[in-house]
Amino acid sequence: MIRRLLLALLLAAVYTLAAAVDYPSVVAGRPLSFPRDYGSHPDFRNEWWYVTGWAKDAQGRDYGFQVTFFRHRPGVAEDSPSAFAPRQLLFAHVALTDAAGGRLHHDQRAARGGFGLAEAQREDTAVWIGDWSLRRDGETYRTRVEAGDFALALDFRPTQAPLPEGKGGYSRKGPLPRQASYYYSLPHLAVSGRVAVAGQEREVTGTAWLDHEWSSEGLAPGAVGWDWAGVNFKDGGALMAFRLRDRKGATVWSAATWRDAGGKVRTFAPGDVVFTPRRRWHSPRSGADYPVAMGIAVPGLKLELEALLDDQEIDGRRSTRAIYWEGAVRALQAGVEVGVGYLELTGYWQALKL
Amino acid sequence: MASLYLAPEVRRLALASQGWRGLVGVLALVLGVALGYGVHRVHAVAVAEAEEAARRLAGEADLAVQAIQGGMAESLYPRLATRPEVAAASPLVELEAKVPSKGPDGRERLRVLGLDIFRAAELQPVLAALPEPTEALYPDRVFLNPAAAAWLGVGPGGTVALQSGMGAVTFKVAGTVDLPGQPLAIMDIAAAQGAFGFLGSLSRIDLRLKPGVDRTRAATALASLLPAGVRIEPPTARARQVAEFTRAYRVNLGMLALVALFTGGLLVFSSQALAVVRRRPQLALLRTLGLSRRELLTLLLAEALVLGLAGSLVGVVLGQGLADLLLRTVGADLGSTYLRGLAPRAGVDWGMAAAYVALGMATALAGSLAPALEAARASPARALRGGDGEELSARRPSPRTGLFLAFLAGVAVGLPAVARLPVFGYVAVALFLLAAIALLPWATGLLLALAARLPLSRWVAAQLGLAQLRAAAGQVSLSLAPLVASVAVAAAMAVMVGSFRHSLEDWLDRLLPADLYLRTGGPGDSAFLPAEAQSRLAALPGMARIEFRRSLNLSLAPDKPPVALLVRTVNAGTPDSTLPLVGPWRLPGRGYPEVWISEAMPDLYGWHPGQIVELPLEKGALPARVAGVWRDYARSGGAIVLDRDAYVAASGDTSANEAAIWLAPGTEAGEVAREIADLFPGGRVAVEFPGELKRFSLSLFDRTFAATYALEAAAVVVGLAGLSASFAALVLARRREFGVLRHLGMDRRAIAAMLAFQGALLASVALVVGFVLGGVLSIVLIQVVNRQSFHWSMDMQVPWGPLAGFAAAVACLAVLTAAASGRLAMARDAVLAVREDW
Repeated sequence: MIRRLLLALLLAAVYTLAAAVDYPSVVAGRPLSFPRDYGSHPDFRNEWWYVTGWAKDAQGRDYGFQVTFFRHRPGVAEDSPSAFAPRQLLFAHVALTDAAGGRLHHDQRAARGGFGLAEAQREDTAVWIGDWSLRRDGETYRTRVEAGDFALALDFRPTQAPLPEGKGGYSRKGPLPRQASYYYSLPHLAVSGRVAVAGQEREVTGTAWLDHEWSSEGLAPGAVGWDWAGVNFKDGGALMAFRLRDRKGATVWSAATWRDAGGKVRTFAPGDVVFTPRRRWHSPRSGADYPVAMGIAVPGLKLELEALLDDQEIDGRRSTRAIYWEGAVRALQAGVEVGVGYLELTGYWQALKL
Repeated sequence: MASLYLAPEVRRLALASQGWRGLVGVLALVLGVALGYGVHRVHAVAVAEAEEAARRLAGEADLAVQAIQGGMAESLYPRLATRPEVAAASPLVELEAKVPSKGPDGRERLRVLGLDIFRAAELQPVLAALPEPTEALYPDRVFLNPAAAAWLGVGPGGTVALQSGMGAVTFKVAGTVDLPGQPLAIMDIAAAQGAFGFLGSLSRIDLRLKPGVDRTRAATALASLLPAGVRIEPPTARARQVAEFTRAYRVNLGMLALVALFTGGLLVFSSQALAVVRRRPQLALLRTLGLSRRELLTLLLAEALVLGLAGSLVGVVLGQGLADLLLRTVGADLGSTYLRGLAPRAGVDWGMAAAYVALGMATALAGSLAPALEAARASPARALRGGDGEELSARRPSPRTGLFLAFLAGVAVGLPAVARLPVFGYVAVALFLLAAIALLPWATGLLLALAARLPLSRWVAAQLGLAQLRAAAGQVSLSLAPLVASVAVAAAMAVMVGSFRHSLEDWLDRLLPADLYLRTGGPGDSAFLPAEAQSRLAALPGMARIEFRRSLNLSLAPDKPPVALLVRTVNAGTPDSTLPLVGPWRLPGRGYPEVWISEAMPDLYGWHPGQIVELPLEKGALPARVAGVWRDYARSGGAIVLDRDAYVAASGDTSANEAAIWLAPGTEAGEVAREIADLFPGGRVAVEFPGELKRFSLSLFDRTFAATYALEAAAVVVGLAGLSASFAALVLARRREFGVLRHLGMDRRAIAAMLAFQGALLASVALVVGFVLGGVLSIVLIQVVNRQSFHWSMDMQVPWGPLAGFAAAVACLAVLTAAASGRLAMARDAVLAVREDW
């Protein structure tokens, strides 16, 4: 969900002023088709590949990481003969939560597509801005990021089939049918590789989650932000849940998908998904209060999410003018850790203006 | 011991008795300090603005890859961006766009920067702070800096039309960008490429290197990737070029200010010397009251320092005001056109102000040192009886000193420029001035002896006056020195400016032989005539001949301003019919195309006739032979003329941005101009008549030298004030003598006539010596100072009429001053005057 927030903020002017460009609509009943849908869909307005996960080094230190590539078609200068025409824009956000070091590192990039310097390929997952990249190499995803004060060189090996969100990959984002995206996840990616932070490079292993989502639609009216969570259970199950909040914190729209250890997939309608804030953390920098402990309930499953580190706030104002919270969380049931995942909390710093 | 007690009282007495004679010396100091500091401030502010603008635009860039002419292939961008040394690369399209709304005669261009906002933000924080960065992606949006918004008179939401080729493109002003300096518009790189014919090419790529990468080594490594016509350089090289533009200009004006200071020093010297003579009994009394020699010396020098301090402080305040006034009215370029559009405010430079105050005080001290030593040395017993001032002249420098100084000046004239500045030219000016001052007593004596042979001198009053002057030749030459110096400098400047103007007129006549000129824009411009527009023009009725021209900017060296490449038709057999050639030229040879270079090229790049040179054209280097040198007053940075056929053959570029039109007999020029305007509506082409062009050029010239005229006038006025002060002192000292003359039967009128005659005589001496010296200085200015500063020659042309008028004015003023002093002296009763004693 943060993906949409970022783009909406960054490109607010473009959204409202864009020349009439016919973006394709997201329609129900279009089946996902692989490997084509691993690649980019440049006709659609927005698209993202979003990897979040947990990793452990040999000393048992925990890390949370986030690697996100956004693609955006602003609908500007589409008929320009220039090779620099900004037909496709690419953005990337990377973050590393160092639990032992007690802090979160993050960095961001933005570029116009072209010249082979920043691209999102159609055929398969291959997206990069300079030397930051995410590619599918055979079955395995590989990411390479040299950020300001940390670096990631991680491989993600799928252990399960892709999980289409919503109805076969058609994921509703609001009360109107067109308020939707194409959306699939890859839970339980096996992580191996290296993490470098504070001048120390360490071999790590862990579990990650990949989302790939594309759409042409803006935000549902009335929403100011949203909460999203993706959890990998120890038993092999996976849960994705999100809700859109209005100004008062009430839920505007929500949805969830749960694939249990046996592979049975259940999808939940808005009325079935309940988010309950348990504990708030006050950011001394931005002044925002984030519910860093959150209860999530769907029929048949109740979870308590606890942040790996309270301060996992990301100041993205340099590129996106938004401050949000995106962090590694433990999933607990009756005080026992049953899984790990990521929680995303947006719109707590300032309400969106669309 | 009594002296310690007396000292303050005495000091007050001494200062009070200086009167207005001391003031004239102070006035000269004020003038010199004010001009020097003011000119320095204006220049410093202008250069600082240009540098700040370049620095903020360059941001964190370590290196800039720059196309020498036109553009470079955009494929260089990914090649450089992916190099291991490079952390960030920002591609730029840079051009000067014509603004049709500024009218067909608007010579100013708007600098346009097309950039990739995402890449630029990695290097230039100022661009990352654009109010609506995403607006920058639109092909029809521009961001203006404050100077551009003010110049165009539009703000966010407004529109601005820019010329592209023969068409105009309208842009919406999306916001402002906080960049100082000249007017600048920023837009998306794709928009700039598409709108201004830059598809596929770039002007510049700014690079930031990875941490720890050595800049010099990286520059060498990357340079090997670059094709001909593309150069790698420090990102602020451009700002240094702006400083380069103003440097010669600043030094010329700054040195004039120093000449004013020099005159001020001479004035202090003469007024102090006379004051010491006049106050000799007073000073002797102080000695007898117990003041030691050293104390007396200290007292007199302290007086000079106080005067110098007062004058310099007033000068600095005036200079600051002058700088503010100039920046507000004329602009930072002092009337030249180098720094268009800068509207900075002059801050106070305390260090420089202190330096000028120190300089003013040092001048005052130097001026009063000799008189103070003289006074301290005098024997009190003798001095108490009163003085005649001739003791000072007893120690006047021998003519040999003057000749030696002149010899040194001659040596300095032959020395080359230092750091491309005519340092030794100024040393020669200073040495010639000093030599003339040293030779002045001798020359005065000689001229007065000559005057004694004139038949006029048989008249009694004249004889008396002449005899009196010859008896006091030392004192006379002392009071003449400031006037001689200022007359010399004024005459030298008049000759130089006159020669320059005459040569410029001649040059314009030879360079503008056609009946009409058509212009779309200057070098590096967004407007040009494509081949199709050229044939439409040529097909107009009434044309006898039309010649299309193209001008381009060539960057030959990173630390120098670009050189203009002028593409035009040159008659190879008789090139001097097309160009104002200087010196011999070669007839066309075989093999290489010919180029004719301006006089700046040998000075700046060491090019010489017969040499094979390479012109870095966009398509690759074009080897050419230097066929001759021509005089160019338009471009002190250098210009190269290349025949159009040779250029088209080498580059394939048939476009033009200028045309010279010869009309068929009987055709009316105004009518053709109207037809051309109809052919290209919207003010996108300017038609110019040679007469108007000449008038414009000459008015620009006169405006540029207005500051110089003001300096000259000020110098002469101060010199005259000095003379009148000295004269008044002389007359006052001779009150007793006048009393005696009255007793002997001379009436007031006869005495007044005698004084007027003396005034005329003194003025004549000052004018003769000043003009001879001025002639020498003008040669130095023309052959050394201007040649080395601006790299152009001129034919010496003495403006006899204005000089004669100037001489008459100086003589009249001198006579009036003398008569006025006489009236002052004779206001008191003759009997009283005789009895008067100290």
